[in-house]
Amino acid sequence: RISDVLLCNATDRVSFWFVVTDSSKNMTTVPGSEVEAAIRMNRNRINSAFLLNDKTLQFLKITSTLSPPVEPSTPVWLIVFGVVLCLIVAGIVFLVVAGIQQRKKKNKESTERENLEEKGEVTVAVENGIPCETLDLKAGHINGVFAADDERFTSL
Amino acid sequence: AMEKSRPLWDNPLQFVFACISYAVGLGNVWRFPYLCQMYGGGGFLIPYFIMLIAEGMPLLYLELAVGQRMRQGSIGAWKIISPYLCGVGVASVVVSFFLSMYYNVINAWAFWYLFHSFQDPLPWATCPLNSNRTGYEEECEKTSSTQYFWYRQTLNISPSLDASGRVQWEQALCLTLAWLVVYLCILRGTESTGKVVYVTASLPYCVLIIYLIRGLTLHGAVNGLIYMFTPKLEQLSNPKTWISAATQIFFSLGLGFGSLIAFASYNEPNNNCERHAIIVSLINSATSIFASIVTFSIYGFKATFNYESCINKVILLLMNTFDLEEGSLTADNLNEMKDYLMATHPQEYAQLAPQLKNCSLEAELDTGGGGGGGGAFIVYSEAIKNMEVPQLYSVLYFVMLLMLGIGSMLGNTAAILTPLTDSRVIAARFPKEVISGAVCFINCVIGLIFTMEAGNYWFDIFNDYAATLSLLLIVLVETIAVCYIYGIRRFEKELHTMVGRKPNWYWKIMWAFASPLLIISLFIFYLTDYILTGTLQYQAWDATQGQLVTKDYPGYALAVIGLLVASSTMCIPLGALGTFIRKRLKSERVSTI
Repeated sequence: RISDVLLCNATDRVSFWFVVTDSSKNMTTVPGSEVEAAIRMNRNRINSAFLLNDKTLQFLKITSTLSPPVEPSTPVWLIVFGVVLCLIVAGIVFLVVAGIQQRKKKNKESTERENLEEKGEVTVAVENGIPCETLDLKAGHINGVFAADDERFTSL
Repeated sequence: AMEKSRPLWDNPLQFVFACISYAVGLGNVWRFPYLCQMYGGGGFLIPYFIMLIAEGMPLLYLELAVGQRMRQGSIGAWKIISPYLCGVGVASVVVSFFLSMYYNVINAWAFWYLFHSFQDPLPWATCPLNSNRTGYEEECEKTSSTQYFWYRQTLNISPSLDASGRVQWEQALCLTLAWLVVYLCILRGTESTGKVVYVTASLPYCVLIIYLIRGLTLHGAVNGLIYMFTPKLEQLSNPKTWISAATQIFFSLGLGFGSLIAFASYNEPNNNCERHAIIVSLINSATSIFASIVTFSIYGFKATFNYESCINKVILLLMNTFDLEEGSLTADNLNEMKDYLMATHPQEYAQLAPQLKNCSLEAELDTGGGGGGGGAFIVYSEAIKNMEVPQLYSVLYFVMLLMLGIGSMLGNTAAILTPLTDSRVIAARFPKEVISGAVCFINCVIGLIFTMEAGNYWFDIFNDYAATLSLLLIVLVETIAVCYIYGIRRFEKELHTMVGRKPNWYWKIMWAFASPLLIISLFIFYLTDYILTGTLQYQAWDATQGQLVTKDYPGYALAVIGLLVASSTMCIPLGALGTFIRKRLKSERVSTI
């Protein structure tokens, strides 16, 4: 059982040399290697006794074992990558499918119109090569140049 | 049959946002502050603004006007100006192709850093431990943890260009994701691009404002601002200052790639592109200055932090060696105490002297991290790790980099896709989605080269040589073609029909004289610079020393560089020759009939 820790060479720097004596073995000093091993094992307790840590309490010749960082089983970045990848691929698939559907609808419409034109049942009004339906000329367009000048026309 | 009308932007705002999103990129946030620091601080603004007025605005207006008038991509537009100029359009497409190959790798890096920002602590904040857990990794000890994260854990860079190494699967995944994102944005043409640019143009400004507020309140930010903005007017006599200002304006606006022509071709024919050209160039320059205020505060914070750490290390070393009392050595009395210790304990002090670094705030402010791509990542990640709530600022910063990068990629891909979809040969057979998909896929596969261990060296080759000389030549030919071949009177009339007003004397003088002269002098300067320096060199990362060393390019790398420059510049004369031969053959056939 160890009971004595003797200090010497204390400096302004709050640093000192110490030896540990073994009172059961007639006040002989405990060999340095045993003290080193003991400190290495109990480093945490010694640190917390002084409210210090490995960076602020240094034992010369005893290098501290640095704790490895906590690593989850799957790296975090892969998880975020997977989430973003799924979102992007979903977006692409949605847009591509929507585009294909739109094109199929347009093709169906144009083939229907062509069939009707061939049968001669419906004459499709065409203006400048563009069928009137697409121009949406239901009510006609008011040409602003002529409509704005109401005052020019003599009122009745 | 029904005629397919050209897709248009929903409103002029989309067009302006697309141009801003394309022009504002990593260069505004990173390269401009770096140049400012190198060439005289606040004084650099003088050549910068002169070049903006002399070449930036006029050349931008020229390209937008050509695109809007001809309503075609670069190949079609220049063919209309003169059939002998089809080579100019092809050269633009080739340069844009090279650019899109390597530029998306920056987005891949931004994704990598972004995904790694969701950890506590940030992975670049501390060095990893070595194998027996007694200390940190050797390479990381020699350099800093942020540089180690960039060179070893992101790039896994090899010691030289020759040691190619394997493809890094992590980087390859990020590159694939980056290309998928680009594909998603360009999939539907202007319909989808027009909506995306609302986000990519405005989000970076929000982040920059947040960073401005955060940056200015950081400890030591003022040091950075004072140091960087103090004008060192003697740099104005250095020709390199003016060359760098001209080059920066030129490349920052993205002239000559064909992207601006492509964007403008989707405009209404009566869009006021004169006003838009002025707006876009002013916003681009204003963003550069705004971003450099942010970057300089970050620089100042990082430099002050490192300076104070250095001082603290010296204090710790002295206190341990001489067993001084805690608190007796502070930053203020450090110099006096050093002299005192040198006088009282000369031998021990002499033994200690090699370890005592001279800490200097100026030296810390000077280490920029280099003007290359890595600098933006290293410097900002180093500053971010020392802030409070670093994860938030990290996510914000890398999302901003992504927005900037994707915005520029939209312009690059538009420059390639618009001529392809204009040409009836290709567009009739394949739908838009397939053409875009093919371009993205080919670029992604070739881009895997840049994810190899030596990939960053190839990246630097492309970054430095793929676009520089070729673009100068392309824009020079463009300006001369419009002014002298098409005729400036004819161009004036076209602009009058489009914009409603004839261009005034400022535009005409710049187009006809100032800009071509500037470009010719830039061109001559770069050529003589390349010829005089003889062999070309690159910076290689030496893992044993933990720093960059200069090496010569091997023969095959020089051949690749030559091929890069030649393949785009040769298109111009070859195109003219091809048209000439075709016309000759046609006229011969006609005459023999």
